[in-house]
Amino acid sequence: MSNKYIFTYATIMIVIVAALLSTAATVLKPFQEANARAAKMVEILKSFGVESSREQADELFNRYIVEEIAISSGGEVMSLYQKGKKVRGGDTRPFELDMKKELKKQLAGEPATFPLYKAQKEGKIFYVIPLYGKGLWGPIWGYIALKDDLKTVSGVTFGHKGETPGLGAEIEKLPFQEQFKNKVIWDAKGNFTPIDVVKGGVNNLAAGQQLHSVDGISGGTLTSNGVDAMLDNVLRIYKNYIVALRKK
Amino acid sequence: MCYGKQIRASLPVGARIEKERNKKYINMNQEANKKEALFSAKNMELLRKPLNLDNPITVQVLGICSALAVTVKLEPAIVMSISVIVVTAFSNLIISLLRNTIPSRIRIIVQLIVIATLVILVDQVLKAFAYDVSKQLSVFVGLIITNCIIMGRLEAFAMANKPWPAFMDGVGNGLGYGIILIIIAFLRELFGSGTLTIPMVGELRIIPQAFYDMGYENNGMMILPPMALITVGLIIWIQRSRNRVLIEEK
Repeated sequence: MSNKYIFTYATIMIVIVAALLSTAATVLKPFQEANARAAKMVEILKSFGVESSREQADELFNRYIVEEIAISSGGEVMSLYQKGKKVRGGDTRPFELDMKKELKKQLAGEPATFPLYKAQKEGKIFYVIPLYGKGLWGPIWGYIALKDDLKTVSGVTFGHKGETPGLGAEIEKLPFQEQFKNKVIWDAKGNFTPIDVVKGGVNNLAAGQQLHSVDGISGGTLTSNGVDAMLDNVLRIYKNYIVALRKK
Repeated sequence: MCYGKQIRASLPVGARIEKERNKKYINMNQEANKKEALFSAKNMELLRKPLNLDNPITVQVLGICSALAVTVKLEPAIVMSISVIVVTAFSNLIISLLRNTIPSRIRIIVQLIVIATLVILVDQVLKAFAYDVSKQLSVFVGLIITNCIIMGRLEAFAMANKPWPAFMDGVGNGLGYGIILIIIAFLRELFGSGTLTIPMVGELRIIPQAFYDMGYENNGMMILPPMALITVGLIIWIQRSRNRVLIEEK
């Protein structure tokens, strides 16, 4: 086997593989993106209790989400969209905003805008806030839905990319998420308490603390810490807007 | 089989090693090139052996890492097993089709490219047309590409056998891997969480609440990796007690 053969073989193989993978990625991209958007809508709907399949997602999203708002970290409303159409503000639909990119912009000191969804279900108003953070092996994300008092949690959903199945990955499962129902993000004294994910049993805490704490996952401490940090960092960004809204 | 004495001592070391290796493959290929019926006894043996006497995990001792990582619950173990069966079978097939053209010096790289391309393609197609399954699989993509069983079978079998036997060998080894994975996950989830999670069905509580009320507690150690390794050890112990032939001569 001469060197020339080896180089030619390697080159042809690389070209074929590169062509195959990039063609596949390009051809499949529209289907993948449609799936990802529908999955995002399903998660947002799930956070305030609306079960949906990916096929129904678009229809149900338009039915239940009454407003999409983009806010700056100072709490100012930068744009307002309804049913996908701009009512006022910037050109980007809040739904299309990427939490990962916006958080990165904010860390770099650049102006960033963050989405917020106002939903109405059976006459009740909910506010859905998207979350994004770091787990143990990769990113984690989710949605937290607040009731119209902007204090009580109606529900949460979480997702992850690479957490350990059976341990950190349990944040995606119902038992972990159910804990968040009816917890509060403001305590009785008016302090801001983004939910704490604790180790060692919520039942061992003082009654006042129990209202804004949930149990972490046994064996999944680092992922649980990631969820705690994510809630802390992201809810803090929306704090000013929530305070202003509560005053009204 | 002393190849060394047949090679001229005046060749540089690299060329000598390559000549030896090429001779080994030519011999293996001559054996393999004899015609065989599709489901002959010899081919069915390729499916049967890895299930017990030549099991990739308990006898060849390959793929242990993923056996620890994905067996906390039953469902990921099942998804991973199916993925490994598909990837091992088809990468065996592809490499076997290419086996006479691959330059020996870069063959490991070529094998790796085939495995990685296959896994990425499968992941991309699933993301487009079976989104929920792909979400489960995305976590494992890295684990599958680096699974020693796949590379191991390519080197030990696909490089020197015809496509159909290579395909059967891939399926057989994937099944052998899958069986062990499912046994470990079954035990770990049952004793570690009291439940069994089955794909498409969901989580089934097996240990009834009544047991917990009486003081039964889940074995927390079962959820951690060391117990998985101990479970593999126990399976090896049982397997060798029943099959004395597996015990190595001192």
